[in-house]
Amino acid sequence: MAEMTSMESSPKPLLSLRNINMSFGGISALKNVSFDVLPGEVHCLAGENGSGKSTLIKIVTGVYRPEPGTIIDYDGQTYPHMSPMTAQAAGIQVIWQDLALFPEMTVAENIAFQTVLGSRPRFVHYGHMRDIAVKALARLGVSLDVDLPLKEYAIAQRQIVAIARALVGEAKLVFMDEPTASLTQSETDHLLDIVRNLSAAGVAVVFVSHRLAEVLDISNRLTVLRDGALVGVYPAAGMIQSRITELMTGKTFDHKLRARDVSANPVVLEVQNLSRPGLFEDISFTVRRGETLGITGLLGAGRTELALSLFGMLKPRSGTIRLEGKPVRFSSNRDAIAAGVAYLSEDRLSLGLVQPQSIADNLVVASLGRITSGGFLSDDRKRELVAGWITNLGIRIGRQGDAVSTLSGGNQQRIAIAKWLATDPKLLILDAPTVGVDVGARAGIFEIIAKLADSGLAIILISDEVPEVYFHADRVLHMAEGRIVNRFAPRDCTLRDIEAAVYA
Amino acid sequence: MNALFNRTRAFLGPEMAGPGFALLAVIVFFSLASPQFLSRATFGSVAFQLPELGLLTLAMLLPVLTGGLNLAITFTANIAGLTAAWVLKSNGGVDAGPFAFFMACLLAIGVGAASGLVMGLVIAYTRAHPILVSLSMMIFLRGLGEFLTRGGDISGFPAFIQPLGHGSILGLPIPLLIFIICVLIWHLLLTRTKLGFNTYMIGSNIEATRYSGINTRRVQVLVYTLSGAMCAIAGIIMMARFNSVRVGHGESYLLITVLACFLGGVNPFGGFGRVIPVFVALVVLQLLSSGLNLIGANQHLATAVWGILLIAVMVLRFSAGRLKFLQRIKG
Repeated sequence: MAEMTSMESSPKPLLSLRNINMSFGGISALKNVSFDVLPGEVHCLAGENGSGKSTLIKIVTGVYRPEPGTIIDYDGQTYPHMSPMTAQAAGIQVIWQDLALFPEMTVAENIAFQTVLGSRPRFVHYGHMRDIAVKALARLGVSLDVDLPLKEYAIAQRQIVAIARALVGEAKLVFMDEPTASLTQSETDHLLDIVRNLSAAGVAVVFVSHRLAEVLDISNRLTVLRDGALVGVYPAAGMIQSRITELMTGKTFDHKLRARDVSANPVVLEVQNLSRPGLFEDISFTVRRGETLGITGLLGAGRTELALSLFGMLKPRSGTIRLEGKPVRFSSNRDAIAAGVAYLSEDRLSLGLVQPQSIADNLVVASLGRITSGGFLSDDRKRELVAGWITNLGIRIGRQGDAVSTLSGGNQQRIAIAKWLATDPKLLILDAPTVGVDVGARAGIFEIIAKLADSGLAIILISDEVPEVYFHADRVLHMAEGRIVNRFAPRDCTLRDIEAAVYA
Repeated sequence: MNALFNRTRAFLGPEMAGPGFALLAVIVFFSLASPQFLSRATFGSVAFQLPELGLLTLAMLLPVLTGGLNLAITFTANIAGLTAAWVLKSNGGVDAGPFAFFMACLLAIGVGAASGLVMGLVIAYTRAHPILVSLSMMIFLRGLGEFLTRGGDISGFPAFIQPLGHGSILGLPIPLLIFIICVLIWHLLLTRTKLGFNTYMIGSNIEATRYSGINTRRVQVLVYTLSGAMCAIAGIIMMARFNSVRVGHGESYLLITVLACFLGGVNPFGGFGRVIPVFVALVVLQLLSSGLNLIGANQHLATAVWGILLIAVMVLRFSAGRLKFLQRIKG
């Protein structure tokens, strides 16, 4: 399975792992994996959730101790395993996805606190910490007010603070776990510039990201893991996104255009001149039966706000919404649901599903009327309804009573879709339905969406990943700063056309 | 047979393990320590003491399940009792008729519900923290009650209301019967109605529940209103038991109701917990204090033992969680 590219003229690796084996409770997390990082390179670690990326990072940084037989060569020394202390002392730093910062403390304290820990004298000199912080930020070419508490800054700046903190420790090797997951495009671009600067200054960066476009943009090489085993190491030059997906999942996906002509179908939703100043303005479009309308644009373009106003949770200031010809005015999302509108939230963890509660309860929460008989809820009806949807959407669950949080991202999203289908909607708004869903499971979600459209449902598919709307929608709207700036028909344009417009 | 077992298990729920075990332990310990423990007298004392604390605990349970708290329960019960007393007094006092008593109960429940309604509205619409809102209500009701009664007792009720606090039907104390009926109503409410379903959902994540098309404000308002109404029932029972109403009666129960919920497996942050285990937990607390009384322990010591028990439960629950976690890791 492993296909190694030859590297005759390559320099001696900074980090070289051989024969890593690691298992948890009899389940093998890493099988005989090898991993090299060259000095100053940007190396991408790619793989689906559960492929072993985090485990690998935790072994290098000393959080986990691999099984005997492992050899870790780092910077001219050989270790049987790392410990967090030795890893840090040797200049290995990690920026975890949750950043592990202290929101109440100042930027300076966040950046410099490690340098004053345990060192003498025991008194903390704030001025000294300030100097360290300013210097570290300057290295990144960023200026922040180091005296402000961190919580005053947005996620993108916090990310930079976390990087600055890593640099204070004289890092030679920095791991970044999904650093762009919650950043907008321009913030991401800025971060990637910083990564390039680090690399140019001789710091090796190992980058973990689900966004393949970024991966190709920034990395020199990539290592692909699947199910805890090494698939291969590849140069980024010449690699394309679909090939990475194939390597990560072991499956081939045919990227065929889904777009069809549904202009003969009756109109389900008609929006005219809908405005809510500051959020979106002068929005007009229609969605027909069986049609999938894609809406794309950068984060903050007003897509979600538009969706929420169609769902009755945000009142538009002016304009009209017509459902099957009749003008509607929703005073809450209850009205919208009753009228046949369903909205799948982009934030599955905190708004889409009630994570600690059961699979069954999450599935029926929006359609309790269906499981009520004689004024009381019926357990039997609930079980039947849930079992029906579980089979219908091919959802893999343990028991209906298990917490929804025990499911994988893909299966959670299917539960969320089932919850809305149970309300028997005419219009289904899917806001970023593949966020936090593995590449392999995404295809399954899109299969469901295609089937729903074929059965006559009108669908609005919102995504900031242009290929998703290009391949899966019949028409595509491009929103920027609250307005529809372009309308595309995937059958008459190329993916590049839309990408060029969106990322211009 | 298996189906019956599963039904029973579903009825009791996994939260039952802790209280069930505690019940067994208490019964075994005290029957060994004192031969009089398993007797009618013990049953009688538990049966008459249980309802007051129990009804107040039911009033606390609903808000706790939504992730809130109702600190005004005891004073709501007092104010409801005062309302009933006032109706009886203005209809002849000792000579008041059954109809006057019926109206008194109705009005008392109305006043209790109104206190809950106000808290519910404030919590739902201002999103102020339930602790602060109910604390304010508690202080208001206490002040109001003390102002109206000038700190004294109101007494002199018709004789026919006394059985409500002391009488028995078929050997079962009437207050216990009322309490059991209320337990069953709460059980039905939480397991079989939309309101109950939504109470749990809100307790886990109110925003996600709102996004699912649930009128979360309505649920919160109803939950606190029902909580207030339940306080009123407790207030009426207290009036009948003491044959008087006094602002401050039952004040010491307030925190014990929270602990009883916790002992009954209710998640202190909301979203999880069932009525029947809480009922068993209440029986355990009451048996414990009766048993200690029987073996000659000081009343204050009994309270101390309650505290120890609850700490032990926390430690045990933590250990059980660890054990489960370790088993899962071992696979």
